[in-house]
Amino acid sequence: MTRDERPLNALPAGLWLALALALAAQIAWRAHEPSASVREANLPPAPSAAALRLASFGEPEAAARLAMLYLQAFDYSGANANPYRRLDYGRLTDWLAAILELDPHSNYPLFAAARVYAETPDAPQSRRVLEFVYHEFFADPDRRWAALAHAALLAKHRLKDLPLARRYAAAIQRYTRSPDVPLWAKQMEVFILEDMNELDAARIMLGGLLESGAIHDADEGRFLRQKLEELERRQASGAK
Amino acid sequence: MPALILGRLVLVEARRGGLVWLAALALLAGIALSAFLAQLAITESRLLQAAVVAALLRVCAVFLLAAQVVASVRREIDDRRLELMLALPLSRAAQYLGRLAGFIALGFVLAIVFALPLLLWAPAAAVLAWGLSLAFELALVAAAALFFAMSLGQVVSALAATAGLYLLSRSIGAIQAIASGPLAEDSLAHELARRAVDGVALLLPALDRVTRTEWLLYGTPDARTYAPLLAGMLIYIVLLAAAGVFDFARRAA
Repeated sequence: MTRDERPLNALPAGLWLALALALAAQIAWRAHEPSASVREANLPPAPSAAALRLASFGEPEAAARLAMLYLQAFDYSGANANPYRRLDYGRLTDWLAAILELDPHSNYPLFAAARVYAETPDAPQSRRVLEFVYHEFFADPDRRWAALAHAALLAKHRLKDLPLARRYAAAIQRYTRSPDVPLWAKQMEVFILEDMNELDAARIMLGGLLESGAIHDADEGRFLRQKLEELERRQASGAK
Repeated sequence: MPALILGRLVLVEARRGGLVWLAALALLAGIALSAFLAQLAITESRLLQAAVVAALLRVCAVFLLAAQVVASVRREIDDRRLELMLALPLSRAAQYLGRLAGFIALGFVLAIVFALPLLLWAPAAAVLAWGLSLAFELALVAAAALFFAMSLGQVVSALAATAGLYLLSRSIGAIQAIASGPLAEDSLAHELARRAVDGVALLLPALDRVTRTEWLLYGTPDARTYAPLLAGMLIYIVLLAAAGVFDFARRAA
């Protein structure tokens, strides 16, 4: 691309000055504006799946994943000791349900529900998300069992609610049919009833997931190992 | 064939006009976005990258091609080169179709270039199905943009009409689903609106069912699903070409 142009030094100094001032004004203006962070903002009500589908212009898979990244950013930061504590979990589950309806094949919403949002120290909020995972499991048990398996562990060890954990475990046992679902998951109820602590159970579950090839994603494996290390640290500090 | 010379000129103009740089920039933006997204995802990062980059590249390819077609044709008309061409011993249909063939070839090149990076995250068969579908989709966009650029007087109106047709075609399935949803009220006005939406859908290509990101993530469609999708686009390309030739034949010299 070529254009007939005058050399830069032929331009009047006033023009250079005006350009520099306008650029400086823009940068100063933006620097003093409040940041558009959603970390501390309230989660807005969830749109319907139909509205999300319309907004996706025929790209529901991409829209579902971008919506998950958007959702992830609410009420979370590295320095926040209690992430997701202030989040409206009613709205959160509505969002997760809409995203899941947009792309029912994606495991992202249920993974985030079981592994991130259900781990909140607030028991009623945790129960709400666990029930969401349980409810959505029945739409596709062979694909969604891993989230419910983790939900069963949380119900037993965090909520200390053994009947709830057994209900989740029994659902996996009864409704999964695929040969890809590992045996330990199909015998989840026994696994729940065994007298073992949360760390041991989590270790066995992660080992089983890795061994069965249920984890295809490197980031997911890294995330789960990180969670396991957090659990080890927490239990070690609790034992002291 | 003399008409093919017109097609070749289209490709030469695109190469000299900077389209190559714009396509390279779009690819770079896609790869940079994928690297950014990989940092944010806690699971399915490969699927996330494939889905978002495919959606971005698809839109970029459509926008670049539509803008190229409209700008090229309007420049030809405004510089009165079209009138000169009309004086050549070549039928109007051959002139129109020759240009369209050039733009379609350009669309195929763009589709190949924009599909290749997806091999980083998706299997080759899925990328092939996606890329071929994108090539047909771009051919349809080229035919629409050429039709509107020839028949409408201004660049802005031609671009707006092409974008409107494209976006409506991609969202008409969702609009129909909303119109016939279980919560829709049961009244005469609503029934009329629903039938109007169905009527509009009959006049549009089903672009919401083609070039599916789903193919890259969850597996390629079988031939019995895939072939009718390509056939549907081919029919619409022929319709747009016929409408364009019809309009061009009516044009006063």
